[in-house]
Amino acid sequence: MSTLKGSGPQTSDAPTPEDAFHEAAALDARESEPRHGSGNGGPVLAADGTPLKRSLARALRAQKMRALALIAPLLIFVLLTFIAPIADMLFRSVENQIVRDTLPRTVEALADWDDTSGELPGDAVFDAAYTDIFLAAEYKLHTRLGSRLNYELTGVSSLFRKSGRGLDDIGEVYLDQFEDLDEAWDEALPWAELMGTADSVAAYKAWVKAEDKAKENNEDFNDPIPAFEMRDDIADVLPRTAEAYSRFATFVRDEDEDSPFEEEPWTLVVTRLYEDLRDGDVSSYNGPRAEMLKAADALVDSPDFQTADLQAAFGEIDEDWLDTRVWQTIKTYSPAYTNGYFLNAVDMQKTPDGAAMRDEDERIYGLLFKRTMFMSLVITFSCIALAYPVAYLLSTLPMRTANLLMILVLLPFWTSLLVRTSAWKVMLQQQGVINDVLVWLGLVADDGRLVMINNQLGTIIAMTHILLPFMILPMYSVMSTIPPTYVRAAKSLGATNWTSFWRVYFPQSVPGIGAGSILVFILSIGYYITPEIVGGTTGTFISNRIAYHISSSLNWGLAAALGTILLAVVLILYWAYDRIVGIDNVKLGG
Amino acid sequence: MKLTKTLLASTALTVAAAGVSAQDMSQDMTIVSWGGAYQNSQLKAYVEPYLEMHPDVSVAWDESSAEAVAKLRAMNEAGNITWDLVDVTAASAIRLCDEGLAMEIDFDDVLAEAPDGTGAEDDFGDLIVSDCFIPQIVYSTTFGYRSDMVPEGVEPPSDVCAVFDLETYPGKRALEKRPLNNMEWALYCDGVAKDEIYDVLETDEGQDRALAKLDTIKDQVVWWSAGADTPQLLADGEIFMGSTYNGRLFSVIEEQDQPVAMLWDMQVFDLDGWIVPEGLSDDALARVMDFLYFATDTQRLADQAKYISYGPARESSAPMVSQHAELGIDMAPHMPTDPANAGNTLLYNYEFWADYRDDIDAKFQSWLAQN
Repeated sequence: MSTLKGSGPQTSDAPTPEDAFHEAAALDARESEPRHGSGNGGPVLAADGTPLKRSLARALRAQKMRALALIAPLLIFVLLTFIAPIADMLFRSVENQIVRDTLPRTVEALADWDDTSGELPGDAVFDAAYTDIFLAAEYKLHTRLGSRLNYELTGVSSLFRKSGRGLDDIGEVYLDQFEDLDEAWDEALPWAELMGTADSVAAYKAWVKAEDKAKENNEDFNDPIPAFEMRDDIADVLPRTAEAYSRFATFVRDEDEDSPFEEEPWTLVVTRLYEDLRDGDVSSYNGPRAEMLKAADALVDSPDFQTADLQAAFGEIDEDWLDTRVWQTIKTYSPAYTNGYFLNAVDMQKTPDGAAMRDEDERIYGLLFKRTMFMSLVITFSCIALAYPVAYLLSTLPMRTANLLMILVLLPFWTSLLVRTSAWKVMLQQQGVINDVLVWLGLVADDGRLVMINNQLGTIIAMTHILLPFMILPMYSVMSTIPPTYVRAAKSLGATNWTSFWRVYFPQSVPGIGAGSILVFILSIGYYITPEIVGGTTGTFISNRIAYHISSSLNWGLAAALGTILLAVVLILYWAYDRIVGIDNVKLGG
Repeated sequence: MKLTKTLLASTALTVAAAGVSAQDMSQDMTIVSWGGAYQNSQLKAYVEPYLEMHPDVSVAWDESSAEAVAKLRAMNEAGNITWDLVDVTAASAIRLCDEGLAMEIDFDDVLAEAPDGTGAEDDFGDLIVSDCFIPQIVYSTTFGYRSDMVPEGVEPPSDVCAVFDLETYPGKRALEKRPLNNMEWALYCDGVAKDEIYDVLETDEGQDRALAKLDTIKDQVVWWSAGADTPQLLADGEIFMGSTYNGRLFSVIEEQDQPVAMLWDMQVFDLDGWIVPEGLSDDALARVMDFLYFATDTQRLADQAKYISYGPARESSAPMVSQHAELGIDMAPHMPTDPANAGNTLLYNYEFWADYRDDIDAKFQSWLAQN
């Protein structure tokens, strides 16, 4: 007999190490009290002279460590393969770092923007978004963010995809003009000379010479390109250009595994150069490429120099950028952790004015949670109703017949779940076995065949059948330990059949019902494949939506939030069951 | 204590052994596909010929294409990509490309030219919908109907709007349990011009309009979620007509000889093809590229049509489509791309659905769940 939770006479009177420990502690406490008269002085000592308490504690600790080490493989296995993945999945229901990580400058700039004002954010935000999205597009992170934000606002996915390509156009305006002035602006080396240290540029030039020489002599040349180093003082003259260029140099080195000496800089760098030339003064600069820079400065100051307004340029890429809702969404979801997924999971959404219910025609999860609970209860009760007589029969029949019957119960249990579910399709559909028989018997007209599948009824029938063994087996193992003599005794004392069953037999079988119900209910609440196949539209469960969000829409955050809620509901029900019925009353076996 | 040590040691050994075998990959290739007749067509048309040319290579199949995007994302997060080549639909490929999970392909660089010397990129033409996606076939989602259940004295349906015409064509219909395609058909049959469908569907009113049209047949619809459902429902006589992939209908009609006929009107074209996961080791990548060069050339794509009625994605393959390998019938008239079948078609709008799928799906599911 095994119980879920120890309730029997398990605490035997045999002494355990813990007892000894407590005794030692008590003894020690007594020792430390002021002694009256001449006691047998000093603490109790072990054979090796250490105080008994300490030596015992050491022995116990070693024993505990040994026990722990023995279960360590299992413990680590369970932690790694069960607890950790579940915790990781549940954590996703609040995790939202992606916005902050991908658009750090934009998030910061948006902090000063009042999202309820109905006005577009200022130029600082567009400027920050230009840098952020440009960088994200280079690192190919922008579309990922787009699909994340598309869960909240339809259309953001393509907005980000388009912007990744479109943002290049802004810098092209400046690049074209600089290039018309001096071809060198569209080449890699002049930029590197402007931005890099003299040493690194010299090293590169020497490397080029060596390579050319090797080529002339038809020799192999495998020396790596010398590393590029940024010049410190360039940041004083061209602060924004230097920052953008250093990002570019890092990217080229780490991602492209190339060198800034050989790659033309991003158009972002060119835009920043224009801004530096517009706002700053380069007349005092006399480092490398000073001529080129000063000529460009003169061009920028001339009246025919064409400029691009950032906000207008964003609007040209996609007019959605001029829609405040896009910026509201970014701002709303900028914190690293969000309750947005949980709000979604209960048919609510975040708005600038706080959480609000979704439109009537988009609510679905509340309905599905209720339906899942209701149908799981119906399935549990139909399992009880069907399983009780079977288990009773199994426990009262002679062994040989009972064994045969047991095989009949277990046989479907060993058959594939999909086969059993599909078999129900054949049985229940309108041209199926049951309808054919009913029509043949004349009970149902040929044009009035019963609809028994692709609805709630189909799910309830199929799942009751599939989960029945989980109810029969615990019931049977409890019932088989109820001594038949009790019922006989009740009858001999004058009880009717009903009274002896209801007052004597049934109360003893309740633990089996409890165990079976918990098993069936918890299994059915998370059931997925059977409702998917036979549930149609009215017989699907919340788990079908979770599966959809995991595998199709990839909204793992929402799936995690739905899963967390489902887990919480199960735990609450379990707790309620414990309070009302008492979990001690549950037996998985006699 | 000794026992624990032994246990720990053996655990460590197992882990180490797994690490060694996972690295030896160059002669092994794991290909992910859909299973069933489609995977079989790939096996016959190019995997088996390739293995004949390279006897020491071994191929393992994983029938996970339906969950490929989710699984690849999980593998990527775990930092352990176990797939070498994945067969997915174009929409999934775009998704994978967006998420940085699939490798960008330079078509002209890594794929074979057409026999007349046209570059791969031109040969695939408009079907290149993503930088990461090498199309293999064009398939369509279209309707099949029971030819023996057409009411007497009525012409068999030739117009997709027969789906919504319960008076002329009574009986149940099977539609896929998702908004894609259904919303387009509903709007089209509600009188929206074909080139305005997506402009209308973008708006809330348009979505409500499509759902209202679907409402008129809602109680007669069986909603399917697996491609095999409709063929089975048709074969059992459960439904009068239903949507599914044209290759499935081909096998019901020609291979199983059921009284079912095709309705080619407003079929929705979609693509299926390969993506290469991002982050493969160099030797695995080299093997995959070698295979891809062979498996996506003109002849191989044409060969695939011997086994399944999906149109090859290369323009140069179309004239080479021959007869079915077992039935010996001409395959060209069964291709969704055949001019006789492709009179009125719709191309899956990838960008629209990438944006609107989450939103419309929420509405659609909520609509479905209400009685």
